[in-house]
Amino acid sequence: MFGRDREREDPEVGGAGMADIAFLLLIFFLLVTTIDVDTGIGLQLPPAPEENQQPPPIKTRNMMKILVNQQGMVLMGTGEPEPTPVPQVKQRIKDFVTNRGKDPNLSDSPDKAIVSIKTQRAAPYKVYINMLDEVMGAYADLRNQAAQAQFGKSYEQLKDESEEKATIKDMFPKKISIAEPNQ
Amino acid sequence: MGHFEKKSAKTSQDVPTSAMPDVVFMLLIFFMVTTVLREVTLQVKVNFTEAENIEKIEQKRLVSYIYVGPKKLSGNRLGETEIQIDDALVDVGAIRKLMYDKLKEEPRLIVSLRVDDDTEFGIVTDIQQELREAGTLRINYSTKQEVSGGS
Repeated sequence: MFGRDREREDPEVGGAGMADIAFLLLIFFLLVTTIDVDTGIGLQLPPAPEENQQPPPIKTRNMMKILVNQQGMVLMGTGEPEPTPVPQVKQRIKDFVTNRGKDPNLSDSPDKAIVSIKTQRAAPYKVYINMLDEVMGAYADLRNQAAQAQFGKSYEQLKDESEEKATIKDMFPKKISIAEPNQ
Repeated sequence: MGHFEKKSAKTSQDVPTSAMPDVVFMLLIFFMVTTVLREVTLQVKVNFTEAENIEKIEQKRLVSYIYVGPKKLSGNRLGETEIQIDDALVDVGAIRKLMYDKLKEEPRLIVSLRVDDDTEFGIVTDIQQELREAGTLRINYSTKQEVSGGS
């Protein structure tokens, strides 16, 4: 009786099947995983207005007003807004930001320059995005130029949260505001 | 000669497979962590706009989507413009509470607006006002990468 007990196989759990199970799960997760990154234009909304709060005074020359109207036209300017074709928005924003006090109708300095965007209710979304794209492009170009001049690298090549990147960011702060819709 | 044969016969010719489950489990855990299982079924048509200067959002877990577009009806017809959050069509007024609750769970929330390119901007303005009230200020307009050349 005892002899027969000793002849039994080793009481081990077979490990070979585990790999198969793990592979099966692995294949399942491989199939359901989507490694697509979401891309888009990021924006920071202004906080909700408090009652009876007056907006801080800003000199008209420091505020580039952009209006997208219901015909899908882009009007922009610091004083009286004038119609501007979308491909020209980039250049006009660049001129406005890098004016440094030369033209009395454009901004004092890049860090004071504010882009204020207003849209009419019936404005097409497509035009708004194209316009916003141009504005973002203008800032991206300016930052790239500054980064090339100072560090010999493009803005994207600078490391995240590095001092260099912060310097360039401070040179051209992206001040984009969404105007209150009922004004 | 037989001398050599004897020597090689002693060593095992098998590749050790005992570590394979560990390797596979490691891969498995990686994919389990990166998988976002919940996919919403879109009830509205969203045709992305294209833009050149776009950013990537890598932290998918921070993102909450709002879909805006014409409602899909049976037989390829399109209805009125509607707003969809998660799996339900919602009113503009409901966004505030929904987003406020999400913000409490995840303070670094990014709201991604996936808006159809033929939409009028008024509804987006309404959504933005609601988001400001809710306190979810980081937003993102979802766009596709524009093929360079045409601008």
